[in-house]
Amino acid sequence: MSERPERLAVLKTYKLFVGGKFPRSESGRVYEVTDSKGRLLANAPLASRKDARDAVGAARKAFGGWSGATAYNRGQVLYRVAEMLEGRREQFTAEVAAGSGISRAKAAAEVDAAIDRWVWYAGWSDKIAQVAGGANPVAGPFFNLSTPEPTGVVAVLAPQDSALLGLVSVVAPAIVTGNTVVVAANEKAPLPALSLAEVLATSDVPGGVVNVLSGRTAELGAPLAAHQDVNAIDLAGADAELAKELQIAAADNLKRVVRPRAERWTTDPGTDRMLAFLETKTVWHPTGSLGASGSAY
Amino acid sequence: MLLCVTSQSPPLTALADVTASDAALRRFLHGLPGVDGVGLEARAASLGTRSVKTTAKAYAIDLAISMIDLTTLEGADTPGKVRSLSAKGMTPDPTDRGTPSVAAICVYPDMAAVAKEALGTSGVRVASVATAFPAGRAALPVKLADTRDAVAAGADEIDMVIDRGAFLSGRYLEVFEEIRAVKEVCGTARLKVIFETGELSTYDNIRRVSWLAMLAGADFVKTSTGKVAVNATPANTLLLMEAVRDFRAATGVQVGVKPAGGIRTTKDAIKYLVMVNETLGDDWLSNEWFRFGASSLLNDLLMQRQKLRTGRYSGPDYVTVD
Repeated sequence: MSERPERLAVLKTYKLFVGGKFPRSESGRVYEVTDSKGRLLANAPLASRKDARDAVGAARKAFGGWSGATAYNRGQVLYRVAEMLEGRREQFTAEVAAGSGISRAKAAAEVDAAIDRWVWYAGWSDKIAQVAGGANPVAGPFFNLSTPEPTGVVAVLAPQDSALLGLVSVVAPAIVTGNTVVVAANEKAPLPALSLAEVLATSDVPGGVVNVLSGRTAELGAPLAAHQDVNAIDLAGADAELAKELQIAAADNLKRVVRPRAERWTTDPGTDRMLAFLETKTVWHPTGSLGASGSAY
Repeated sequence: MLLCVTSQSPPLTALADVTASDAALRRFLHGLPGVDGVGLEARAASLGTRSVKTTAKAYAIDLAISMIDLTTLEGADTPGKVRSLSAKGMTPDPTDRGTPSVAAICVYPDMAAVAKEALGTSGVRVASVATAFPAGRAALPVKLADTRDAVAAGADEIDMVIDRGAFLSGRYLEVFEEIRAVKEVCGTARLKVIFETGELSTYDNIRRVSWLAMLAGADFVKTSTGKVAVNATPANTLLLMEAVRDFRAATGVQVGVKPAGGIRTTKDAIKYLVMVNETLGDDWLSNEWFRFGASSLLNDLLMQRQKLRTGRYSGPDYVTVD
């Protein structure tokens, strides 16, 4: 009588997400990701500054298409991401529970909150222009209109205290308005971020709009903050000392900087993070009669 | 007319009889050893794995910049664009005057005069394509008139295309004589012969056409026009390099190499430089004997140069668009 052999589990190789592809780190390095009790969960790629450079290149390449898409279209794509997240709740719950050392129920609540947050930001895509822009009264025969425009490539250091909800709360507001993003995942618990990349890859988000790197936040932050082709940086995941260093580096090409501050990711986020990565374009249109002929339009 | 070959250096006379007739030329070209395609590609790939860093990289970047034929070959070219490209060629990075200038500005014949005027005495040369570039589908008198025009407009170098139709249908002597005729009207201008390797189907053909062009008096052999799907690849450029190396061993005549099309990054350019060094050696490591036909490559080289200087990754906002 033969015993059924135990099935060998198929282990997952976590990879980076750059330009819509899943490469290993250029450096070939990985690091061990453990749960709260120090048990090995998986190896994650340890991204290098060259991976950061490649990611910025991919983000820059994707910027034209993504910022040029209609707000409606961007909103639909982001809703689609939420739909895909919904289908993977189990997986994310397990990863968040193991990585953050919280109970399954709490992890499930965090995943639900993350999905809800994603939907909430998706809804803003075609509304933010009304809030941040508008018609300005001017003393002359002109329509004077201000519209918010995405600032460009945004580097994001994901929060260290919330692996999924924190990540969603910093990535979604940057991309919903048309920016493209390079995100350095939570250093200790990068697995939810790397899995989120798989969700993005299967939900109509063009390659390069979101690029996910895992590794040492300080090692990735330095080249991103100094990079001349990065337009803004969100320092949510940097400690005070690192944040100071990165702000000095970021000042060189006048990057917009969002400083780290004490955040409770579960509360209503408001529009701050969306507005932080928008620039205002103001145009003047003549109205009324246009010269001697007296033509009005 | 074919006896003109004897006026070149003595060892070339040894090859004079191979161009005596179409049959002799075919016998010679088909007698060249066949190309080991797998070996060639493996060799080209292995030469692309070198790690070139720090001071060596800085040297390679400056050398690569000095080897560029900065090219604009668009239907939409205007005198203004050619002038701004010329300005860029002379001073690629205005924020760092230590940046070397490029080797030449490569334009269509009708823009050669504009480029010549813009470049003045800067030492940057004017290269003009000719002979019904890029297809080469015109009668010989038209091609010669095209070349004469370019030379008269002040072109220091002529980039001609071969008649691929004639070559592929085996009329080797016709191709040979066409190159000789163009060479003659070039006068003192150096002649680069474009094979359009992407249209020649086999590595054997590329080896044959290299020898054919060199026998006919080409000063440079060039891979492609940049106008077809397959342009310069490491393998077909390596094949050209091997041909010029063997040609010098056989005849004592040195011929330059110019890969063109599809070389866009510093990494690519450095791979080619490694290949030159390993295959041809120091004699070819200057813009007298090796060129890159490129337009966007220069920007990437400049960005890498800025990175080495400042330690910060640069971006397209810090170089010109064209």
